[in-house]
Amino acid sequence: MQLTIQYYRNFITIIAATFILAACATTPPETSSSGSSSSSSSSASSSSSTVSLVQDGVYVGDETIEMLAVDVPDRVFFAYDSYALTSAAQSTLSKQAKWLKANPSVTISVEGHADERGTREYNLALGDRRANAAKDYLMSQGISSNRVTTISYGKERPVKSGSNDTAWAQNRRSVTVRTN
Amino acid sequence: MIKKTIQKILFFYLVIITNASALIEIDITEGNREPLPIAVTNFFYAEDAIKDLDQISIDVSKVISADLERSGLFKSIDQQAFIQKTASMHIRPRHEDWRLINAQALVTGELEIDNDKLRVEFRLWDTFAEKEIEALVLITTIDNWRRISHMIADKIYERLTGEEGYFDTRILYVSENGPKNNRIKKLAIMDQDSFNHRYLTSGKELVLTPRFNPVKQEITYLSYFKNLPRVYLLDIQTGIQEVVGDFPGMTFAPRFSPDGEKIIMSLARDGNSDIYVMDIKSRVVERLTDNPAIDTSPSYSPDGKKITFNSDRGGSQQIYVMDNKGRNQTRISRETGNYATPVWSPRGDLIAFTKNFQGRYFIGVMRTDGTGERLLTENWYQEAPSWSSNGRVLIFYRETKADDTGKGHSSSLWSIDLTGFNERKIETPEDASDPSWSRLIQ
Repeated sequence: MQLTIQYYRNFITIIAATFILAACATTPPETSSSGSSSSSSSSASSSSSTVSLVQDGVYVGDETIEMLAVDVPDRVFFAYDSYALTSAAQSTLSKQAKWLKANPSVTISVEGHADERGTREYNLALGDRRANAAKDYLMSQGISSNRVTTISYGKERPVKSGSNDTAWAQNRRSVTVRTN
Repeated sequence: MIKKTIQKILFFYLVIITNASALIEIDITEGNREPLPIAVTNFFYAEDAIKDLDQISIDVSKVISADLERSGLFKSIDQQAFIQKTASMHIRPRHEDWRLINAQALVTGELEIDNDKLRVEFRLWDTFAEKEIEALVLITTIDNWRRISHMIADKIYERLTGEEGYFDTRILYVSENGPKNNRIKKLAIMDQDSFNHRYLTSGKELVLTPRFNPVKQEITYLSYFKNLPRVYLLDIQTGIQEVVGDFPGMTFAPRFSPDGEKIIMSLARDGNSDIYVMDIKSRVVERLTDNPAIDTSPSYSPDGKKITFNSDRGGSQQIYVMDNKGRNQTRISRETGNYATPVWSPRGDLIAFTKNFQGRYFIGVMRTDGTGERLLTENWYQEAPSWSSNGRVLIFYRETKADDTGKGHSSSLWSIDLTGFNERKIETPEDASDPSWSRLIQ
């Protein structure tokens, strides 16, 4: 008797489990914390109703930018999982190089950052790539490498705390900071 | 595809054999998820020890019950339902009384204080076979009753499942608080059931990704001490910490080798991250990968012969395996999506990972050749699986989505069985991330 009941119970549980798994395998179910927008691509869709400040995954606004000197922005922005310098980024870095040449005693650190949509360890490596992409560009403009250090913060130091495409694009950045 | 997935699922199977000579057991290889009803009684003690032992008696039983229940394999029967309540049950339980309340297994015990030491005797009974199937005497200092309870729970789990228990273990993690853009992070350690919590660092420096040495009371982690991100080593008992090696760039993603004598990690140099291994004693460093792509998150196989790691050398993040000299680097992940944080199971047969697919994050497992991928849990954001010592459970961290102002964000630890069932939040005093689950405490 005991054995029979147990047997059927096993059977029912297996069936139930099968359905649960089948559901998992076919449709990504929406859970309570489901996101409103997909973030895995470099698509420029903005999550809010404001005008999109993200083009091809790269932030094009100026909200978070600080100035190292007049008309010398301190940061450049990157597309999702990318360390390619856009033409806007190259223009900013050229201004930084010009400013560094005019101020030969200044030394800098380039901080590389990632958004929150990636694993911690990979993002540390990605932040390092971004910081070095910016450093390499400064060196190509004639800045000596011994004036420039780099540091990656991965996703540890976002400038924006929101979980939306614009905030993520603002967080994918390299920031040039004076060290003296 | 669905069929395949299902075929590969391991189910729990509860075997009840009513034959008088056979004994209860839970077969973990296939089967049923109906938890086994077990009665855990308060341990008895002599009347004159009531002052010292009354509370411990209740607490030991509570800790054992909670451990067993958290495994999802047992259901602890409410003590209110118990019929037999006399001390004689520890010598001769009335099995029919226990069967009547559907207890298939019964735990009884006795406590005694002898020379300021706590003596704990426990017995596990099969109420259908009417037999004692396990017994053990443990002697310890009185304040160590919690560990003793976990060891008893391990013994019960082991006897009834045939698998090693994982309750006498600890969890190392990063405790977090503060706003997202100025997060304070501290290393913290606690028992597997969230008790005996303590902090290992002050929060002054940013610390990330702590991992246990599998054989010593030692951990490795990333610290931004003096704003130089480097891998550190910390002796938990002495509190002594030191930087690992002398590298010309950021070292990160550290893990111990299975013998605890080496640390494998990534070194970032001029924008390129590759995998290196350092022998802790001799400080000899060996470079294992040399590729312009990101190579990170390395993890050894339990025999130390192979290493799995994360690389984007093929254009997207995938999981690779190589031998311990860096030879035969082969991609193993094969389904669609980005893969990260591969961690080799302590049994050697599976690799757990984080997967990002269509903007969602999954914790999953695959065989070491990349076949048999199974996704166990899906969410807005989660990553960093770490295995229980017996390879049956994974712990990981999960973050919630913030609104546009950053509100609503949280980070917490979760565990899930290899079967994809029994998902549970693990309590921590503050937000939590980057868990590492210890082997059984030696």
